Amino acid sequence: MSDAQLKEQEYVHDVYNEIASHFSETRYKPWPIVTDFLMGQTMGSIGIDVGCGNGKYLAVNPNVFVIGSDRSEGLIGCAHGINSHYNVMVADGLHLPHKDNTFDFAISIAVVHHWTTRERRIAAIRHILSKVKKGGRALIYCWALEQKDSRRGYHIGMDQDVMVPWVLHATPSNSNNSSSNSSSSAKGKKHDHEKPDLTGIEPKDRAAFVTKWKQEREEQRAREKAEQDDLEKKNDDKESTTKYRFYHLYKEGELEEDCLQAGGSIVNHGYEKDNWYVITEKQ
Amino acid sequence: MKFLTTNFLKCSVQACDTSNDNFPLSYDGSKCQLEQDESIEFNPEFLVNILDRVEWSAILQVAADLGNTSLPPNKPIFEDKNSLNEDDMAILRDLHILLIQTSIVEGEMKCKNCGHTYYIKNSIPNLLLPPHLA
Ligand SMILES: C[S@@+](CC[C@H](N)C(=O)[O-])C[C@H]1O[C@@H](n2cnc3c(N)ncnc32)[C@H](O)[C@@H]1O
Ligand SMILES: [Zn+2]
Repeated sequence: MSDAQLKEQEYVHDVYNEIASHFSETRYKPWPIVTDFLMGQTMGSIGIDVGCGNGKYLAVNPNVFVIGSDRSEGLIGCAHGINSHYNVMVADGLHLPHKDNTFDFAISIAVVHHWTTRERRIAAIRHILSKVKKGGRALIYCWALEQKDSRRGYHIGMDQDVMVPWVLHATPSNSNNSSSNSSSSAKGKKHDHEKPDLTGIEPKDRAAFVTKWKQEREEQRAREKAEQDDLEKKNDDKESTTKYRFYHLYKEGELEEDCLQAGGSIVNHGYEKDNWYVITEKQ
Repeated sequence: MKFLTTNFLKCSVQACDTSNDNFPLSYDGSKCQLEQDESIEFNPEFLVNILDRVEWSAILQVAADLGNTSLPPNKPIFEDKNSLNEDDMAILRDLHILLIQTSIVEGEMKCKNCGHTYYIKNSIPNLLLPPHLA
């Protein structure tokens, strides 16, 4: 794997899989311009949503057939769980398993900024356009450098390649994961034999037997307690775990430039929700 | 994944793009488990337009892989898309059941060119490649 691929594995793909269920809960509101773009497609047209995450755009227009793909198995699992009628698959945005010149339209919302080099971002846009028919359009969103008024406060003059923290809280909705399950079962473990079973033990051996039994029981309890403390510590750690995702923050005009480099023409462009967007058309 | 999705799935391996055998994938009928979801509503107008975008020979191949050899050899054509007659509707209804309501919930599919096997689990196909093929 190249350095770029290794970096994307560690700071994009691994992180999305780890934060999938938590991330998915924050993603449910479609952005207006994306909705407009989808609603503008004709009855029975077909499209792709590259990096569809939990699939929040897949059912916006019920009269089109959209295939959503994402590199994160975790998020695709969330998408399927939200709506089992979504057409979703696990695939990489640079290796889409579709034939060229096939789709009427494409969207890729807040995904292209995760590729770590300009070359790869342009290649990704070119790859998306390759799947669209001639004259078909792709709507692409990338996070903006210019978001002074947002919570993050990114602004012109900063380094455009940033590591964005995601704080992973152990919320009750996470409590069905395996470690907290085993933790609660350890806590609730019954001590079935509160008294030693002396049947078949000679009276002269009973005292020694009881002593040994007590000792073993103490050891068993100590083991269980250590196990439990370990699990609780793990859960505490998880409460405060911060994961970092790589983003390339786009500055004004840059996304248009990348789309042109990728061979598309610019149909429309603008700024919405701290993102730059472009509608690019396949020549 | 819906049967219709098979019409839009090829092998992810770039090198297979130069062959004609990377589409459709070949489905292992003995390992594919199918389910029908009757809750998906029939929309003839939608389906007629979808059919325009479908490669019929690939539909036939995948249907045969899965044990269905009763489809017409040629893609159905409709005289007047704006006023579908009874016969048209009957054909479309059958296609709705096959393409939209039928899905593969567990199974395996293989590229006829490179032989790579992809899996479908819990209705989700995984087309990611192992690092040495990516
Ligand atoms: C900020 S989320 C956006 C998700 C969704 N488009 C939305 O608007 O809610 C970024 C998504 O890009 C996906 N992603 C990142 N790199 C990818 C790649 N190389 N191929 C496919 N998806 C990728 C991530 O897994 C994640 O789901
Ligand atoms: Zn192949």
